[in-house]
Amino acid sequence: MEIKRRDFLKGLATSAVLAMAPPALASSSEKSRLPDALGILYDSTICVGCQICMVACKRANNMPPEYYGPQRQWDNPVDLSAKTLNIIKKYDNGTQKEKDREIDGYAFVKRHCMHCVDPACVSACPASALTKDAKTGVVSYNKNACIGCRYCQVACPFNVPKFEWDNPFPKIVKCQLCSHLLAKGQIPACCGECPTGASLFGPVADLVKEAERRQKMTAGKYYEFPVSEIASKKIQIHKAKNYIPNVYGKNEVGGTQVLMLAGVTFDKLGLPMLPDRSYTALAENIQHTLYKGMILPIVALGGLIFLVKRTEKKKE
Amino acid sequence: MKTEQPLEGKILTPTFLLCCLIFLISLIFMAKRFIYGLGAVSNMSDGYPWGIWIAFDVVIGTAFGCGGYAVALLVYVFNKGEYHPLVRPAVMTSLFGYSLAGVAVVIDVGRYWQVYNIFLPWYMNPNSVLLEVALCVGAYVAVLWIEFTPTFLEKFGADNAKAFMNKIMFVFIAIGILLPTMHQSSLGTVMVIAGSKLSPLWWTGLLPLLFLISCIFMGYAIVVFESSITGSRYRILDESHLLGKVSGVMAWLIAIYLVIRFADVGIRGHLNLAFKGDLLGNMFLLENLLLLIPMGILFVPANRKKARVMFFCAVSIVLAAALYRLNTYIIGFDPGNGWHYFPAVGEIFVSLGIVSMEIMAFLWFIKRLPIYRRL
Amino acid sequence: MKDQNFTGPIREKLKGVSRRDFMKFCGVIAVSMGLPMGAGTQIAEAITNPKRRPPVIWLHGQECTGCTESLLRTSHPSLEHLILDLISLDYHETLNAGAGHQAEAALENSVKENAGKFILVVEGSVPIKDGGIYCMIGGRPFTDIVKETAAKAAAVIAIGSCATWGGWQSSAPNPTGATGIPEFLKGTTVVSIPGCPPNAYNFLSTVLYFLTFKKLPALDDIGRPKFAYGRLIHENCERRPHFDAGRFAEQFGDEGHRQGYCLYKLGCKGPVTHANCPSILFCDVGSGAWPVGTGHPCFGCTEEGIGFTIPLHTEADIEIVTPAAAHAPIQTKRGAGVSTGSAALIGGIAGAAIGAGAVVAKRLGDKDKGE
Repeated sequence: MEIKRRDFLKGLATSAVLAMAPPALASSSEKSRLPDALGILYDSTICVGCQICMVACKRANNMPPEYYGPQRQWDNPVDLSAKTLNIIKKYDNGTQKEKDREIDGYAFVKRHCMHCVDPACVSACPASALTKDAKTGVVSYNKNACIGCRYCQVACPFNVPKFEWDNPFPKIVKCQLCSHLLAKGQIPACCGECPTGASLFGPVADLVKEAERRQKMTAGKYYEFPVSEIASKKIQIHKAKNYIPNVYGKNEVGGTQVLMLAGVTFDKLGLPMLPDRSYTALAENIQHTLYKGMILPIVALGGLIFLVKRTEKKKE
Repeated sequence: MKTEQPLEGKILTPTFLLCCLIFLISLIFMAKRFIYGLGAVSNMSDGYPWGIWIAFDVVIGTAFGCGGYAVALLVYVFNKGEYHPLVRPAVMTSLFGYSLAGVAVVIDVGRYWQVYNIFLPWYMNPNSVLLEVALCVGAYVAVLWIEFTPTFLEKFGADNAKAFMNKIMFVFIAIGILLPTMHQSSLGTVMVIAGSKLSPLWWTGLLPLLFLISCIFMGYAIVVFESSITGSRYRILDESHLLGKVSGVMAWLIAIYLVIRFADVGIRGHLNLAFKGDLLGNMFLLENLLLLIPMGILFVPANRKKARVMFFCAVSIVLAAALYRLNTYIIGFDPGNGWHYFPAVGEIFVSLGIVSMEIMAFLWFIKRLPIYRRL
Repeated sequence: MKDQNFTGPIREKLKGVSRRDFMKFCGVIAVSMGLPMGAGTQIAEAITNPKRRPPVIWLHGQECTGCTESLLRTSHPSLEHLILDLISLDYHETLNAGAGHQAEAALENSVKENAGKFILVVEGSVPIKDGGIYCMIGGRPFTDIVKETAAKAAAVIAIGSCATWGGWQSSAPNPTGATGIPEFLKGTTVVSIPGCPPNAYNFLSTVLYFLTFKKLPALDDIGRPKFAYGRLIHENCERRPHFDAGRFAEQFGDEGHRQGYCLYKLGCKGPVTHANCPSILFCDVGSGAWPVGTGHPCFGCTEEGIGFTIPLHTEADIEIVTPAAAHAPIQTKRGAGVSTGSAALIGGIAGAAIGAGAVVAKRLGDKDKGE
C-alpha cells in the first residue's frame, strides 16, 4: 500500500508526536498550593481509634448510618461510601501488641477527601460539577451540574467520590471539608471533636510546618500537640512515636491539602503509592496540546475538506 | 457500473425474532434500572464505577463503528476511489455503533435528566477529556445521519434533494473524518487520568495514539468481517479483491501499532509483568497474540485472496482491539483495597439488548435500503 | 440553714428525721434532676414551710397499683415521712384511712379547699368507650372524675405508662378504649412519668421541683421531664462496652449471659428507650438494681410503641447509630464476582458467537473452493 498524501500525513504525524511528547511539556500545567488553602493534618500515631470523628461527621452532614453484613446495631461502614464521608480504618498484624508498629502491631488511618492541589475529579468532570474553591482550595460538588457519569470516581487516585447506586435519582457524595461549618466560622466536625488532636484543622502552610516539627521529634520524649485547630492554642501532651520520615500528601500527585503522618508505612495503611506529578497535569497536557484554541483541529479540517473535495471531483 | 440496491427478502427471519426477544427482555432490566437505580441491575460499584455499559457499549461499540471512518480515510484522504463500494455499508455500521453507544450512555449516566448540562457553555469544563469525547461523539452521530441521508433520499426517490445533499456532502465527509480522529484518540486519553489505578501494562501517555491506530485497523477489520458475513449470506457483488487490499493495509497498521505498544511497555520497564502468568499478564499476551498472528498471515499475499482466512483474521483483529479496550477500561483497572467486578445478568442483558437492536436495524436496512451492490 | 435553726418547729414537723437524713434526701432529689447542690437547700425550705406542704390528690384509673407500690418502697424518705410530712396526700384510694362516702367527701373537700393549688396525680388509664362504664368509682365514671378534678388542679401528673399513653390496656384490641391522660385532657399540660412502674424518685423530683420553683421542669415534646427521660438507657448502660465490642448474650444462662454481656440480642429495648434507670437504679439497694443489671433485657416500658407493643425478645431497630468499637479493615473484599447466571450468559454468548462464526467460515470456505 503506497501512501502519497504527504501533506496530510504531516498533520497526522504532528498530532501523533504531540500526543507522544507530553512528558516534555508536563511542567506547564502543574498547579501549586494556594496561599490561603485550608486543610487537615492527620497524625496516625496520636489517633486512638475512638471514631468520634465518624460520629461527628455523620451528625454534621446529616448522613444515615451504614450497615455492613447482617448486623444492624452499629454504624459499621468498611469504606467510604455514599453514606460515609469519613472513616477510621485499622491496620493490624500478628498479635497486635503495640500501636504504630508494623510487625505484631496495629495502626489507624483516617480516610476522606484529600482536597488535592490539582484535583483529578475537578479536571475530569465534564459538567464542572466538582470545583476547587479559588481561595480555600476546598473541592466541592454541585449536584445541579452533575450528569452522573462517574468519571470523577475513575479519575480520583484516592477513590473518594462515591455514588448512590441504589437511588434512582443519584448524586455523587464526598467530603467537602464541612464547608457549611466553615461558612459559619466553625471548623470541620471531625477536627472539632477529635479528643487527641489527631485530626488537626488549619491553613495548609501552618500544617506543613507543624508536620515538619513533628518529624524532628525524638521518639519517646513528650511534646505539646495542638488540638482541634492549629490556631486554637489548645494543647495536649503526647509521647512522640517513631514517625515514617515523609509526610503523605506533601508531594503526592502534586500535593494534597490533607496531610498525613504515621508510624507505619503508608502503603500498609492502604494509601496508594503515587508519583509527585499529578496524572491530571499529564492528561490535561495531552488535551491542551491537541486542542489548544481548537487550532489543530481547524487546520486539520481545512486540509480534510480540500482532500475530500479533490477526491469527489476526480470521481465525477 | 452497478449501483447500490436493497437486498429485499423477508424481514421476520428467525434471527430477527431472536433479537427481538432479547431486546424485549433487556427492556425489563432497563425499566428496573430507571426505577430502582443503577445498583439494582448492574454490578458496578464505587470501586468499579464503569462497567460493561461504558467499556463494551460505548468504548468498544464506537470502535466497532469505526468502519466508516477507516474507509473514508482510505477513499478520501489517500485518494483510493476504488474502495468506494465499501463506503455505504461501512457508514451504516458506524451509524448503528455510534447511535447505540449514545443510547447506552443515557442508560449508564446516573443523572440522565440533566445530561444536556454538558452542552451548556456555563457548565462545560474545557479540561475534561470526557467532555471532548461527549461533544465529538454527539456531533459525529449527527454527521453520520447526514452522511447517510442520500441513501434514504434514494429510497424515496427524492433526486433533487439527493443532488443537493451530494453537493454539500464533502464538508460533512471532512468533519466525519476529523471527529473520530479526535474522540477515538481521546477515548484513550480518558484513562490517562486513572494513573496508578490502571496496570502499567496499559497505562501510558501514549494511550491516545494507541487507541487511534487500533480503532483504524479495527475499522478495517469490521469492514472485512461484515462483508464476509453478508457475502456468505446474500448474493451481492463480490468485494473480495477490495477486502484483500484492505487487509494488507491492516497488517501494516498492526505492525506499527505493535512496535509502539511493545516499545512503550518495554521502555517504561514493565514488560516483565506480561510474563508473570497472572490474569493481567495473560490478558496482555492474548490481546497482542490476537494481533500478531493475523498480521503474520496477512503479510502473505496469497492469504489475502482466501475469504475464509481473511474472515478469521478479521475476527481475531476485532477481538484483539476489543480486548485492548476492555483491558484498559476494566480488567487492567484496579482501584485497590479489595474491589472486584464482574457484570451482572441484568447488565449483560442490557448490553445484549442494545446489540440486538443493532442487528435488527442492520437486517432491516440492508433489505429495504440501497446499501450493497447486488449481483 | 444552720443546725440550731433546724431544731424546734421543724424538727417537730419532721418527727424524728435527722437533719442529716433530711438534707440527704433533698440533695438526692436535686442531683437526680441535675440541679446544683444548692437547690437542695431550696427544696428543703419548700418542704419544711408548713404553708407550702404540697396537697396531692391521687386518682386511680385502670391500673395495677404498681406505681403506688413503687412509691411506697422509697427509703429516703420512707412512706410515712413522705405522706405525713413531705406532701399532704389528701386522697389516695390505696392509702386512704377512711372508705366509702367518707373518702369521697375528703376528695370533695380537698378539691374545694385547695382549688388551683393542689397537684393532681393520675395513675392508670381512662377507659372512654361506652360512656366510660368500664371504670366507675362511687357510682361515677372515672372520665368525669378526672375531668372535674383536673379543671381545678395546679398541675397534672400522669404517673406510669397506663396514665401516659394507655399502657398495656391500650394494646390491641383495646376493648375499653383505654386512653392516656395527656390525650384525654388534650389542651392541658400534663407531665408524664412513664414506666411500669416508674422510678418513684422521678415522680418525687418532679413534684418537689414544682413546689420549689413554681414551675414544671423542662419537658420533652411528649411531656416527659428531660432530667429523667432525656437520654437513652443505652447511653448510660453499664453493659454498653460489651455492645460496642460485639459481645452478646445469645440466650438466657449461656456463657455470655453469665459474663454479663450485652442483652441486645435477647431483645433489650435499651437502645430505643428513654429513661434514667441505669443512672438512679431502683430500691436503694446499690449497683445493678435495675432490670438490665439483673440480667434481664429492658422491656421498653417508658416508651410508647415499644413497651407492651414490641414482643419482649424481639430485637429493637436502632435509630441513633454510632460506630462499633471494631474498626474497618484496610482491605475488604467488595463488589460482585462471577455469578452462575452471568457466567452462563457470557458462556452462551461466546458459544453462539463461535457457532455463528463457524457457519460463516464454512460458507466462505465453500466460496473459496468455488473459485
